[in-house]
Amino acid sequence: MKSLILRDLRLAVRSGGGFALTLSFFLIVVMMVPFGVGANLDLLARIAPGVLWIGALLSCLLSLDRIFQLDWEDGTLEALATSPIPLSGIATAKATAHWIITGLPITIAAIPLGYLLNLETEAYIWLVASLSVGTPALSFIGAFGAAITVGIKRGGLLLSLLVLPLYIPTLMLGAQCVTIGSETPIKLLALVAAISLFCIALIPFACAIALRANLK
Amino acid sequence: MLLNVTNLNCRRGPKLIIANVSLSVTAGECIILRGPNGSGKTTLLRFLAGLSDNAGIKTYNNSIAYSGHLDGVKSTLTVNENLSFWAGIYATNNLDKVIKKLNLEDLSNNLVGELSTGQKRRLGLARMLISNAKIWLMDEPTSSLDTSTSSLIFEAINLHCKNDGAAIISTHINLNIPKSRVLNMEDFAVKREDEDDPFLKGSFQ
Amino acid sequence: MSLWEYANPAKFMALSARILPYLAIASSCLLLAGLFWGFFLTPADYKQGSTVKIIFLHVPAALMAINAWLMMLVTSLVWLIRRHHVSALAAKAAAPIGITMTLIAIATGAIWGKPMWGTYWAWDPRLTSFMILLVFYFGYLALWEAIEDKDTAADLTSTLCIVGSIFALLSRYAVNFWSQGLHQGASLSLDKEQHVDNTFYLPLLVCIVGMVLLFLTLVLIRTRTEIRSRRLIALRLRGI
Repeated sequence: MKSLILRDLRLAVRSGGGFALTLSFFLIVVMMVPFGVGANLDLLARIAPGVLWIGALLSCLLSLDRIFQLDWEDGTLEALATSPIPLSGIATAKATAHWIITGLPITIAAIPLGYLLNLETEAYIWLVASLSVGTPALSFIGAFGAAITVGIKRGGLLLSLLVLPLYIPTLMLGAQCVTIGSETPIKLLALVAAISLFCIALIPFACAIALRANLK
Repeated sequence: MLLNVTNLNCRRGPKLIIANVSLSVTAGECIILRGPNGSGKTTLLRFLAGLSDNAGIKTYNNSIAYSGHLDGVKSTLTVNENLSFWAGIYATNNLDKVIKKLNLEDLSNNLVGELSTGQKRRLGLARMLISNAKIWLMDEPTSSLDTSTSSLIFEAINLHCKNDGAAIISTHINLNIPKSRVLNMEDFAVKREDEDDPFLKGSFQ
Repeated sequence: MSLWEYANPAKFMALSARILPYLAIASSCLLLAGLFWGFFLTPADYKQGSTVKIIFLHVPAALMAINAWLMMLVTSLVWLIRRHHVSALAAKAAAPIGITMTLIAIATGAIWGKPMWGTYWAWDPRLTSFMILLVFYFGYLALWEAIEDKDTAADLTSTLCIVGSIFALLSRYAVNFWSQGLHQGASLSLDKEQHVDNTFYLPLLVCIVGMVLLFLTLVLIRTRTEIRSRRLIALRLRGI
């Protein structure tokens, strides 16, 4: 499984710099917000948690269809399916690789972007905390969506339609956690972490069912 | 005995392609699947590889390696990186031996995207060797290859069978593999009475 | 003779053809009677006026919206475990009905809300949960339409339904945390359960039962259509 993660990382870096595209998209989305709602600093400070979280999950969406599609197209997925590694292990490895390339950079990039949006100072620690425990859920849920749509050509839009509703709990709790004045951010952080752990543990099996159905 | 199949029905989508397939494979055997396009060779191989529902198939030794129409190689990685990836997946350490055996040493630092079709196919073959699997399932392994690369592949299959492996190959070409037997896919063609689409059973309303 | 026998398409068609007329008549009678009773024969509530009577449509629709999804969940599990085709098709058939029920619930909720609280929509937990349920339905249907091979589509949509159910449930609870954080003033309390006395309760019950039967009727009709279209596909393939 480790070789799969390493190979996926290597592939991502070789084809277009890996996380550069994701981060550029994150930046652009965040930039759009002041353009759209005006640069009133108080307003931006109020909506910054939500905007950063939404930007994070939209940026995650971008690279989701690559998780399985590339291997599907050149026959590697079939070869992996007939290897000793179970499909759920393959899904776990690929979702982990996706998180390393996408979720992790997003968490770090959120700090300067938070400054652009005039995020309150006390919120930064919660921003990093919630994103770092929440983005694994985004990657694993996204992998599920990718597994379902792997056989559909140009299924990116359908992928988004399927995955975004599944992101709602993480988004709600994560953004709430970062909002100053909301009660007990620790409790919310724990809930976000719980959802992520749940996803890491069980979503790979759903991925396996979806991949098996598509490989038939 | 390495693999035993009894009364297997294979579907592609909703349509029954082949029915009542029974075959068994022992070590050292090479089975050649013959039949026109659409007769179910690919379907059968995919079933045996475990890519479809596996009811009715028993393998006595769990190792199967499958090579289908696509090569399963990544063009942005080098030959070495591709093959060491597979060595990690299959947890084997015969990488250097395999590279030597298939004359891939000179190419080992080339990006796969730069290779020719024949060279890429050799990579696919290398994956079979790296896997240390007993049973090789290969779907048209020599399609669009020239004679010299084709004979390289047949030699490898031959050697594999000699070393107590087994292979089930679908091909249109006449191979010179001793101790091989031909399985005609038309023997398993679906007759009218075998068709069992659940939506067509019973009377209509 | 177990229930599973009717998983066979031919037997299902035979049984459903027999009971469908009765179901259809029963459901329309009950629903019409219940609505008439509720709208015209109950006194106007002294607090809420006549508009509260929309409850006779709103509550059954909302209940069915959720129950339709639950039915889809069960039939999806049956498909994945026992591979009964009728089950998978029943799930597919139920989805548009569920969507309609959700839309009716949201619309009637809006009609009720405007005179009551001055707004057609509010982001309170219950309403928001229905909106989320709506998009889950859309995703489910979109997936059915996007996949060519019907059995693969059944597998994938069943998996989606199961995973979606878990996340819909998570959303239901996450919404409570979320709406507390918005300093938007008092959230609307749409407690339908409060002060529903007997004069309202009985016609409401009739409407609910009528709606359940209506749902069953429509699901049976749609499933029969799905089975017929699969037969067409099978016949066409046979000719190849």
